[in-house]
Amino acid sequence: MHLSRVLLACTLRAPDSITRLSLAKWDTLVRQARAAGLLARLAHLFRQLDLFKAIPANVQWHFEAAETLADRQRTAVQWELQQIHKALDDLGSPFIVLKGGAYVAANLSAANGRLFNDIDILVPRDKLGDAESSLMLAGWHATGLSEYDKRYYRRWMHEIPPLQHIQRDTVIDVHHAILPDTARYHPDSAKLRSRAIELPDLPGIRVLAAEDRILHSATHLFHDGELPHGLRDLTDLDLLLRDALEADTHFWTLLVARATELQLSRPLFYALRYLRHFLDTPVPGEVDTALQPATPNRFTVALMDRVFTRALAPTHDSCADVYTPLARQAAFIRAHWLRMPAHLLILHLIHKAFISPHLDNSTPKPA
Amino acid sequence: MKLLQLSHHELRRQLSGAGIWMRTGPFSLRVQSRFPYVAEGLTELYGQFEVRSAQESFADFHVSVNPPTNLRRWVRPQAAFSFDGMQPFKPLPQDQAFPMLEWGLNWCVSTQAHQYLIIHAAVVEKNGLAAILPAPPGSGKSTLTAGLVLSGWRLLSDELTLINRKTGLIQPLPRPVSLKNQSIEVVREFDPATYINRASLDTIKGTVAHMRPPRDSVLRQHETARPGWVIFPKWEAGARTRLTPRSKAQTFMFLAQNAFNYSHLGADGFRVGSALIDQSDCYDFRYSQLHEAIAEFDRLAETAHTT
Repeated sequence: MHLSRVLLACTLRAPDSITRLSLAKWDTLVRQARAAGLLARLAHLFRQLDLFKAIPANVQWHFEAAETLADRQRTAVQWELQQIHKALDDLGSPFIVLKGGAYVAANLSAANGRLFNDIDILVPRDKLGDAESSLMLAGWHATGLSEYDKRYYRRWMHEIPPLQHIQRDTVIDVHHAILPDTARYHPDSAKLRSRAIELPDLPGIRVLAAEDRILHSATHLFHDGELPHGLRDLTDLDLLLRDALEADTHFWTLLVARATELQLSRPLFYALRYLRHFLDTPVPGEVDTALQPATPNRFTVALMDRVFTRALAPTHDSCADVYTPLARQAAFIRAHWLRMPAHLLILHLIHKAFISPHLDNSTPKPA
Repeated sequence: MKLLQLSHHELRRQLSGAGIWMRTGPFSLRVQSRFPYVAEGLTELYGQFEVRSAQESFADFHVSVNPPTNLRRWVRPQAAFSFDGMQPFKPLPQDQAFPMLEWGLNWCVSTQAHQYLIIHAAVVEKNGLAAILPAPPGSGKSTLTAGLVLSGWRLLSDELTLINRKTGLIQPLPRPVSLKNQSIEVVREFDPATYINRASLDTIKGTVAHMRPPRDSVLRQHETARPGWVIFPKWEAGARTRLTPRSKAQTFMFLAQNAFNYSHLGADGFRVGSALIDQSDCYDFRYSQLHEAIAEFDRLAETAHTT
């Protein structure tokens, strides 16, 4: 597991090591952090620990510029959430903000220095049509996908095609579940909704409970296939766990029990394994014991290690070895394998490999 | 060390190997390319720019222009720009490798360097005051910029006006001046001694060539300038040279819309932009004769200098 020595991961584990970095190492760190979408998060970390002045003068602007962007995005996300709330006011059912949007809405550590591509929300399945038409009235429309991708979303996915705002270009993903219907595991969305938390500052907007937030993030990471921001998502998880443990000392027990209830122990097992590997997140031994029933056999774990220690590293040349492309490919196929039965998967991959590239090579968010 | 001091062989060796380390304005670059066109473009246009040994350790932007790794290279040779492994544009015909590097560098600055308010405008300086020339394509902005910098004005930038958010001063980024279509001939006629490189035909912007930036502008690339004017030039056949004052509020709106990162800066963008407009006289400018246009600009600079 030599890739645990990725400079960015080392820096996240021990930020004060930057006082000893050579300029050549700074060059690598900035490039890895930019590729991983973590420049602004590092900047936040350095400020928090009063380390910003340890950054060489000619390097500082990279962190400041990323901070500027992240601050602006955070304000923009808060504002967009209000707009979505207004648009969905008459839905007759509160909507739940997921992932990054939720971290901002609930003012969690994981919102610090985070960059956004889109805002994810969860609505009950029977409200999906109403939600989509209300959002369309407010200016969000499905764009940029091929006909095949649109059909694929509607038929098989746990979300509708991404909606982009006609003026502001912001993108919303509307989900009715956290995994597709065809997936191996079926976490019950009603159970997730039942524990959702109302936010005092943002009435009408809810977020998942701390344990569900973590399980969702882990599930997403190990089922999504494309991992351009794998390490960023791991740092989100690390921060979410630390926040939750601070609020509740019995949090581990709660988390493991909830994972079992939602059939999500396996993604939790992998998340904790690679959190330890990349970020030294303190996970007590009892948690391993409790997750034993969900632990794959030794052979599978060894194989997964070879895949995920590579696929979760930043997408930068300095973090790749000869097996990295293969590992990313394997992570992609594995994720699809878990998301749909074999006959569908084979048809889908054939379409993606041989038909889609000839029809349309500008798909912004392929399924 | 200056780029022109490198032997052609050494330049090619560094460029096609780990990349050559160069400085333009406040940014350090590592440029890597296997195309002889790119080596040629750098030699011709970047001779006065600082280079350092290939071992120089830190660079702001790691960029490359190389043949893409798809099958088309056997059919119609192409060039692909990459910013540290990321390809923001589709590949272009190989003949456009050098302009692609220029466009790619502009893209790096305009999407990353948020320590500046970045306005899409040319900017030139005389007597310590800068004239910002924002204008849509086809307005004769680059012809006028080239004419001015060949007549004693200092080139700060032909595309990207960088306003330092902390000081409000304009940071030079003098690089080759991009000339399009007829303006290539106009500038050649205006000053036959100036160097303009081989034109790339049929680019997305038509025929494109680059003019070597004046030596003095490159040597003074760390000397910032105070904003003096915002002038919207418009070339019109047969028009009388005329400078007319324009509303500051409208000018502000135009600059905000034509800034690459105004919306990213939030309230600070407004603060920096309005401070800029406060200090600047704003004009519309029509002209048909380049010499007259330059004389008018010189008068402006003279008046500001004596008052």
